[in-house]
Order: sequence, then C-alpha cells, then structure tokens
Amino acid sequence: MHSYPAWKIWLVSIVLLAGLVLALPNVFGEAPALQLSRNDRTAATDSGRAELVSALGAKGVTPEAAYLQGDRLVLRFQDVNDRLKARDILQEAVGKEYLIALSDVPRTPFWMRAVGLKPMSLGLDLRGGVYFLYEVDVQGAVKQLLAGMERDFRQLLRTERIPFTGVANDGVDTVRIQLRSGEDANRAAAALRKQDPNAQIDAASLTEGGSVTVKLRPEQVKQRQDFAIQQNITTLRNRVDELGVTEPIVARQGVDRIVVQLPGVQDPNEALRVLGATATLEFRLVDDQNDAQEAERSKRVPLGSKLYHRRQGGPVLLKREMIVSGEQLTDASSGFSEGQPAVFVKLDARGASQMLETTRQNLGRPMAVVFIEKKRIKPEQPCNGTRDGAECTVEEVISVATIRGVFGSNFQITGLMANEARELALLLRAGSLAAPLYIVEQRTIGPSLGQDNIDRGVRALIIGMLATFVWMVFYYRKFGLIADTVLLANVVLLTALLSMLQAALSLPGIAGIVLTVGMAVDANILIYERIREELRNGMSPHAAISAGFEKAFSSIADSNVTTLIAGIVLFTFGTGPVRGFAVVLSLGIVTSMFTALIGSRSLIHVIWGRRRKLERLSI
Amino acid sequence: MEFFHKKTSYPFMGTRQRWYIVSAVLIVGALISFAVRGLNLGIDFTGGVVLELEFPQAADLDKVRGTLGSAGFAHAAVQSFGTSREVMVRLLPQKGEDTNKVAQNVLGAIKSYEPRVQLRRTEVVGPQVGAELANKGAMAILFTFLLILAYVAMRFQWKLGVGAIIAAMHDPVIIVGFFSWSQMTFDLPALAAVLAVIGYSLNDTVVVFDRIRERFLSLRKGTSAQVMDAAINETLSRTIMTHLTTMITIMSLLIFGGEVLRGFSVALAIGVVVGTYSSIYIASAIALDLKLTARDLLPVQKEKGAIDEMP
Repeated sequence: MHSYPAWKIWLVSIVLLAGLVLALPNVFGEAPALQLSRNDRTAATDSGRAELVSALGAKGVTPEAAYLQGDRLVLRFQDVNDRLKARDILQEAVGKEYLIALSDVPRTPFWMRAVGLKPMSLGLDLRGGVYFLYEVDVQGAVKQLLAGMERDFRQLLRTERIPFTGVANDGVDTVRIQLRSGEDANRAAAALRKQDPNAQIDAASLTEGGSVTVKLRPEQVKQRQDFAIQQNITTLRNRVDELGVTEPIVARQGVDRIVVQLPGVQDPNEALRVLGATATLEFRLVDDQNDAQEAERSKRVPLGSKLYHRRQGGPVLLKREMIVSGEQLTDASSGFSEGQPAVFVKLDARGASQMLETTRQNLGRPMAVVFIEKKRIKPEQPCNGTRDGAECTVEEVISVATIRGVFGSNFQITGLMANEARELALLLRAGSLAAPLYIVEQRTIGPSLGQDNIDRGVRALIIGMLATFVWMVFYYRKFGLIADTVLLANVVLLTALLSMLQAALSLPGIAGIVLTVGMAVDANILIYERIREELRNGMSPHAAISAGFEKAFSSIADSNVTTLIAGIVLFTFGTGPVRGFAVVLSLGIVTSMFTALIGSRSLIHVIWGRRRKLERLSI
Repeated sequence: MEFFHKKTSYPFMGTRQRWYIVSAVLIVGALISFAVRGLNLGIDFTGGVVLELEFPQAADLDKVRGTLGSAGFAHAAVQSFGTSREVMVRLLPQKGEDTNKVAQNVLGAIKSYEPRVQLRRTEVVGPQVGAELANKGAMAILFTFLLILAYVAMRFQWKLGVGAIIAAMHDPVIIVGFFSWSQMTFDLPALAAVLAVIGYSLNDTVVVFDRIRERFLSLRKGTSAQVMDAAINETLSRTIMTHLTTMITIMSLLIFGGEVLRGFSVALAIGVVVGTYSSIYIASAIALDLKLTARDLLPVQKEKGAIDEMP
C-alpha cells in the first residue's frame, strides 16, 4: 500500500464539487423571453412586475418566470408564440412606459440566479447578432476644438477692441491671428495670455502687420481625443440602450476604435440607422395657399416657403418660419394613442409658448414634421440630400397633420407605423455625436447560423470525446477508464471556469475545448506509459504507480508551458473569437494539469491504493 | 493493448540524413509555392466583404455569378460553402467604393433573382483593419517564437534549444506551404491553429528532450546517437498515443465542425503530423548534429555526487 496524503483527495473532491455546481447552469438551455426596461431610465420594480404579469394573465398568457435583473424586468415564456402574444399585449398596455426587447434567456432555476450562477456567455458567432468596429475621427475632434478657439478669439478681440484682419487654424494644433501691426499683435497676445496663462502664445511682427499664433500643447490634443472617444462611447451606449438589446458590448479598442456588439440583432442596417445618425425635428406650418407640384415642376418656390419632400414621396411646400426646433425637445417616446401608433413629444418652456401661439392662430390648418438627419459620410459615399464636407443632411417630411387643438408642452404625432414611431422616438432622444465615426468592420451572424455553429461545435465535441474515451479504454483498460473519468472532470472544470469568468464562448472556443480533450489526455498517457515501463522493469504495481507519476511530472510541466506560451500570445494579439480560443486553450491546460496530476492520482489511490496485495494492474 | 510489446530499437538517428532531405524538399516546395502562388488570405487580412447565403434549393453558381456580374460585381468570388444550398460570396475591397453598402447591394442583386435566399452571415472588413490584423498575426508568431526560445534556452542546453526552435519553425512553414499550394482560404482561425501547432510541436519536442536528458544522465554508455535513439524509442508509444488522441479530436472537428472551422482543423491536422515528425527528425537530429554529448547536459554547479542520486 502506498501512502498518499488525504488532503489531496479532499482537495480534488471539493474542487470537483465546486466545478459541478458552477457548470450546472449550462444544462438548462435557453427559453424565449421579453426584457422590459423603463423608458424613463429608472429601475423596474417588483410592483411593476406584478402589474405586468396580471395584465398578461387577464389575456390568458402566463409567463414561465418573471423576475428583475438589474434595472430590467425579464419575462420568460414557454414558447415563441406565447412570447409574441405577450409582446403585443404589453406593447398595447405599457408600450409608453417600457421598452420591450426580445431575447433568449437561460432557463436556470430561481435559486441559481439568486446566488449568481450563470451559464457560459455565448459569443456572437454562436447566438447571432451584429458586430461593428468604429473608428473615431480624433483629428476631427481636434479640428472642432480649434474652430471653437477661433470663435472665442474673435469674441475676445472684439471685446478688447483690437482690430484684426483674420483668424484661421491649420487643422492640426495651431490657430493664427492676423493683425494690422506688431503692436496690435502684442496687445492681442497679452489679452490671450490673461485668458489662458498656460497657452503657448507667440506674437510676431511682420513687415505687413503682425500675427499671433496659439499652439495646443500635446497633452491638450490627447485630452481632447480621449474625450471625443469617451463621449462617443457614452452616446453609443445610450443609443444601444435605446435599441433594447440585451447584453450589448460597447468598448474602446486601442487608441481610436470602439467595438459595438449587439447580440440578437438581425438587421445591421436598422442598428446602423439608430447608431450612426443624429436627428432632429422641426415643426413647420404647411403653405397650403400654393401648389407644391407646380412649384417643383417650375422650380419656382413662392417667397417665404421652402420645398420639401415627403418620405413616402411627393413634394410639400412649408413655411420658412419654423415653429419649434429639435433643440427645444426635452423628451420623445413611442406608444399608442387611441389604438394608433404615436410619438409623444415634450417641449421646453420656450418651445411650448411658441407652439401654443402657433396652434391658437392656425387651428384646423396643416402642420408638418420635418425630420432632419445628419450623417457623417466619407467623401466617396453618396449623399441623397445636401452635402457639406463630410456631413450629409437629409431633410424629409415625415408627417403632415391637421392641428386639432391648441397645445403647448405636450403633444403627439400620429399617422406613423408602429416601427416608424419607435424609430423616430429613438432617434429624437439619441442626442448628437461628439466626433465623426466611421465603420471599419462590420459582421452579421444570422440566428440560424449561430444555432448551427452551436450544434456543430457540440457535435464535434461529443463525438471527439466519445472516440477518445473508447480508444483510451481499449488501449489502457481500467486505467483508460480512469483517464476518461478524469477527462470528463476536466471538461466539467473547464466549463465551470468559463461560466465563472463569463468570457464569451465562440466557435473557435468550442474547438479549443475539443482540442483540449485531445491534448489533456496526453498527461495521462505520459503517466501510464511511464507506469508500464516501470512494470516492465520489474517494479511492483504500487511502486510503479508512484514512480510513473513522479517521473512523468517534469515532462508534463515542461511540455504544457510551451502550449501555455502560445495560448498567452494568442490572447495578447488576438481579437474576438481567436481570443476566445486562446482563453479556452490556456484554461484547458491548467485544468488538465490539475485533473491529470492530482485528480487521477487520487482516483487511482482510492481504487487500488488500499489493497495490500496488488499483483497486477489493468493497464 | 500495447503498440509494442517489446522494447523497440528503431535506428531513428541513423536515417536522419534521409529525413533532412525530405524536410528540405517540403520547405523549399512550400517557399516556392508561397512565392509563386501566394496565400489565399481571408478577408480578415485583406479587408473586403463576405456574404454567406442559403438558397431554398441547390444554388446555381453560374447564375449567381452572372447576376452579380451584371450588377457591377464581376470581381466577386462565388463558391459553394459546405452544402450545395449554401453559397459564399467574397469581394475584395475596390477603390472608392463604400464597403458598408456593398454587402447590401450584393444581397439586393441576388434577392432580385431568388427572393427566398436567406442571409446567414456578412462580414465587412475595412482594408486598414485587415492590414492591421495581418500585421498583428505576424507579430503574434514572432513573439511566440521569441518567448519559446527564451523558455527553451532557460530550460535546456542550447544545442537542444536550437533543435527545438528549428523544428518549431519547420512546422508552420509546411502548414503555410500547404495552404498556399491548395489555395485554401487562410483566415484568422487558421492563424490561431498555426500558433497552437507551434505550442503542440514544442510540447512533443520537450517530452522527447526530457527523456534524452534523463537517458544521458543515467546511462552514460554508448554514443550520443545510441542514447538518443534509446530515448526516442522509449517515448515512442507515448508519442503515437498522444498523436492519435489529438488526431481523433481534430478529425471530429474537421468532419463535424462545419465550414467555418475547416481552415482551423486542416491547419491543426497537418501541424500535428508534422509536429510529431519534426520533434524526432528535426529537433533531436539537429541537436545530435550539433554534437550533443552527455557532458553538455551535466549540471554545472553540482558536484558529481549529486548526479549519482538522481534516478
């Protein structure tokens, strides 16, 4: 009988038990669900949950589970039909208060969620969704800063009564002020220094007048760039929230990139519209005295009016005077008004008084809502509106409605489709972007492909494992069975670690698990071959086991370090799915060393260690 | 079951010249193919657009090509992907074209001829991002080599280290050569597989080296070649077993893992074969030709007595 410390057996048991518990949430699968978040951005409450469940119950739909998750409310359903029914019911009942998003959630029981046990999180290639990589035009952000400085300087020089002939910036880091004389230049420089003592200001006397240059310090430039990226991330986050996607990712990557991952979104163009555009509204009276068709044909627009086009096609003449603009908008939400989709708009005090005045004087006349979308486009991209440098402005009349009452700060826009209403409300709230963004990478994975990828990966894993199991038992008999048990434990532990870390599992990640199975068995093979060798050399079984484990140790450790190095490098340089593969590969090496060296040793001890007389080993 | 009931004694080192020639031919072939045909890089590296479409029935590729050609996408590469109903369309980036719009327009063109077509996946990679990924990939391979070189240098005597590194470089060259010769798409997962292969190949080399070191230290009889042959023979059944189990799982990935993992699995499969071979015929053989002797492996700082205590 060989001695073996009992604590190792305990350690293995505890680790394995913990692994089983952590891996357990993965066996429940997913169920269709609705996720509701409040439009006013406050957290959903328990009473709200009860209210929604009873609203559904009244129409005969019972959710399988209803619980709060963070600020959101999750309603889980038996099948997709129930979910669709529930969505329609809720859209009608509480569509104004809540943003409703479809998603799939894990079917884990309540107590598991309560203690924070989660299944592995799946990457986009497994669950479907869209991926965008944005590049922030940080240089553009600096140009904005320079343009702002230019305006400030003009203002300052005017208030200081210093005559100047021009102010211009070089678009990189310098603003140059042209003045009539060197004396003026010195005065201007002094005034500028007083305003910002840290600025790099140089005054120069020239033969024809003088000039002052103000140069940005490198840290100012960097600060401005960081700020631009941060602000873009914040805006993108808000917009992503508006899309109602569950578990989105918006993160900075490298110096000037932003990654956006939207699981479950199927139409990248819809997402892009919301993510990539700034929009505003203008309310204008319709010029109903003149004929719009005629104006378009003759290209002669009556004085005081402007020609617009409807989104559905066809020209409209609107008054040049604007009633209210988008800046005076304080909130917009979509919902239903008397069974019809509507956008509910709120105005600030100034906007409200203008609206009140106009509606009082023009009761019964038509008013139009002009939707103005500004997109940043690259020079080679076409613009179907008016183009100003990199900015493409599209103005469309999205609704013409008769003023049916006198109103002020709160009113509704009707006459839209439900999805149009939703999108309009989204765009109105989404604010504006700080620096131009360009998309440099875009990936879409359809939901059916995601499921296929899961199926394929899991099939490859199961078949690969089964074949390995059979082969090991065939070759090593009972010791093969031990290797199989240990291998299974290894997969459980790996699953547990991945669930705990919540690192996104991708298809290459699953491939990593499969590969780990093949490679993890190597440690066992090294040990068993060593035991066989020692047996052949005439050692007793117990001594052979001990010697086998001892002598194989250095080979196992050394050989795994090299694979670990490759894994770590992959993790450092890789992105997305490749990174997932690296994580799985590296973790798999750690778990396989644990299970093969300590796990299988303990198991062998439990089975054979206590027998005093051990004539031969089944190896 | 055992592969070898008796101790084997294959003269591995004796035949090494023959295998040097084989390796040299493979490497030269790989380099020539790489120089002449280049690599069929995936859009991960080149930038461009990929669409994966599913047709309701077997797709007529010529018709798809024709449709795309008349829509102004004559440069599109159209091929079936996995099944005959699945089609992959690949477009390299064209100057002055909005890549984000291309995917939409291509889909539109195909939908006009077969409205029931379903979009499975699109990828749009800007040329700049592609160039960066290619750059990063090259850096990753370089860093893997540097780190492993550092590790092997620390852990083993330099003659073994040189052998290990040459073997580790030998393997990816042959994999890349195969991708170049077959013009299979070399994508990001395939690159990940190449790095994993470098790890695997070294893993195998290190096991053999461990035994060589052990043999040199315990039985200092016979020529270096004999000692190394003994070590390789002793680890032979392990080498074959590990090779087989890894191959079983890779075959499972290759057969059941689908088209997305094809490049990945192929790179791994070649890598495992070549890696196993190279740890014997390249790594060990080069160490032998660098005149590795028992003296090289004696711990310098220890007295002779310490060695006698070792197993």
